[in-house]
Amino acid sequence: MVSRDTLTAADLARRDRPPQLQGKPRYGEKIIKAVLAVCAALSVATTVAIVVSLVGPALQFFQTVAPLDFLFGTRWSPSFVPESFGVLPLIAGTLSVVLWGLLAAIPLGLGAAIYLSEYAPDWVRKIVKPILEVLEGVPTVAFGFFAFSFITPLLQDHWPEFLGQGPNVFNAGAAGLAIGLLIVPIIASISHDAMSAVPQGLRNGAYALGASRARVSVRVVFPAALSGIVAAIVLGVSRAIGETMVVLMAAGNSPNLDITFTESIQAMTAYIGVTATGDIATGTIEYDTIFAVGLLLFVMTLAMNAISIRLVRKYRQVYE
Amino acid sequence: MSTKTYNPRTRLATSGARAATEAHLGRRPTGERVSGNLFYAFLLLMISLSMAGLAALIIDAFVEGFPRLGLELFTEPTAPFPEDSGFLNAIVGSLFVIGGVIALVVPLGVGAAIYLEEYADRERWWNRLIELNIQNLAAVPSIVYGILGLAFIVRGPLSLGFVVAAGSITLALLVLPTVILAAREAIRAVPPSIRQASLAVGATQWETIRHQVLPASIPGIATGVILAVGRAIGETAPLLLVGAATFVTFVPEGFFDRYTVLPVQIFNYFARAQQEYIILAAAGIIVMLVMLLAMNSFAIWLRNRYEQRW
Repeated sequence: MVSRDTLTAADLARRDRPPQLQGKPRYGEKIIKAVLAVCAALSVATTVAIVVSLVGPALQFFQTVAPLDFLFGTRWSPSFVPESFGVLPLIAGTLSVVLWGLLAAIPLGLGAAIYLSEYAPDWVRKIVKPILEVLEGVPTVAFGFFAFSFITPLLQDHWPEFLGQGPNVFNAGAAGLAIGLLIVPIIASISHDAMSAVPQGLRNGAYALGASRARVSVRVVFPAALSGIVAAIVLGVSRAIGETMVVLMAAGNSPNLDITFTESIQAMTAYIGVTATGDIATGTIEYDTIFAVGLLLFVMTLAMNAISIRLVRKYRQVYE
Repeated sequence: MSTKTYNPRTRLATSGARAATEAHLGRRPTGERVSGNLFYAFLLLMISLSMAGLAALIIDAFVEGFPRLGLELFTEPTAPFPEDSGFLNAIVGSLFVIGGVIALVVPLGVGAAIYLEEYADRERWWNRLIELNIQNLAAVPSIVYGILGLAFIVRGPLSLGFVVAAGSITLALLVLPTVILAAREAIRAVPPSIRQASLAVGATQWETIRHQVLPASIPGIATGVILAVGRAIGETAPLLLVGAATFVTFVPEGFFDRYTVLPVQIFNYFARAQQEYIILAAAGIIVMLVMLLAMNSFAIWLRNRYEQRW
């Protein structure tokens, strides 16, 4: 069979034909192609619009607040006098949640992936994979509710005394754990794909040398799939950073500079959500803060995505 | 290439080698056996915890929302008191918004996918830019799309105000990358021989796409669209910024009415922090989960029903 790389429909259409076969020029075809190209170009326009809509008001914001005061200030209180626009407490809030989320999601997600790829019989895989896909589609507002009404009470009731004060009604820990559960399917399904792509020959070689299944999983399959696994985790992190509803519903709205489990925090996304839904007038500095924080969020997730694309490209093992 | 099916010869060789080694060495060292079993137990624990988490989420919503489960959730709009309130206005709002999303995303997403798969020359820098751009857009947090909607659609160039259409356009932009990626996958699954046969009998490129490629890839595209739209139904954060968060008690009647949607309504009830409203929010979550489950099952059924082997 002719592979798609060597001969596409476009190539065939473009190929020079002898004059008697060229026929009349087909303007309709050209118009259709142009219309379709506009559809594709719309995605670039979206990106440009995102950047423009963020950068404009953010620049206005930075005329009042020095960028360094914004990035390294340790107090965030945009609506109380004296106003202060240090974004570090919001970043710390986001980091707290992401940290607890990853502590839950990495073992859960990778454990599930290794089990599915190396241990599970076919019938189990056929049941579990769709369930994970369904979990991926559950709206985040449900996870926020779950964190507030299930995880927080559970933590409060079973908090060991030696850890000190138990969690608040709103706390970073419950939100983090719920976000962890939210990104388990992402980490599990992408790393499962990476592990499934490891050639069987590598496993067989290790088995032939007498390695046990656990050893093959950990020492052969895991390293061979590492680039995919890391990309999965980076993607999970970027998803966790951008998650809004869970932090808004379960983590509270008090900016907190500490990396904390039990206390209430305010994450960057939650600040945007809560401020934008409140009554604020356009043109005020408070309104512009939404865009400054949004720009920071956009840059952070863009960087994560670039890292993940890079990692996959750089460390992708090409077998056969 | 499927890695799970290794050929009989390899299988025979590995099992033979394994048996010979095991017979020669006797049982595995105890340490190895114990750690192997522990590892297996750990994996089982992890996968069961993940499943238990999902189960707990659904059961918790059911338990909390049970007192309010009933048909009036679908027939009553928001009322001054929680006992009389339902989700009618939010459900209709969601349907309007989603209808708008589908109307926008299907032509745009499929058009972009056809261009990228059938026309675009990968060597050109602008086509590579479009591909990279779509990849990056898929990773942008949803609330950033909300900011875009607020600055460009509600205010700014389009200035639509806080209306249904603003919500539809914002969500359409959000799910467009997903739809494009899914539609490309579906189009790519149509084998090139079909195209070559069509071109060989004299069809133009567009005739080939229109009469061969598109009909063959419609089930795949439909599946992708349904899954993407399912994501849009559950999206809350971006809509908070483009008007759905306002307190609305009436049922929207057109695309230029003010509106709220199901997940935002759930959040609003939740945020009132009274017990009655929290129960109502839990009941709303169940309504939403049922809607999504129905849609996703339909998508999976569609995929299986029309799955075509070439």
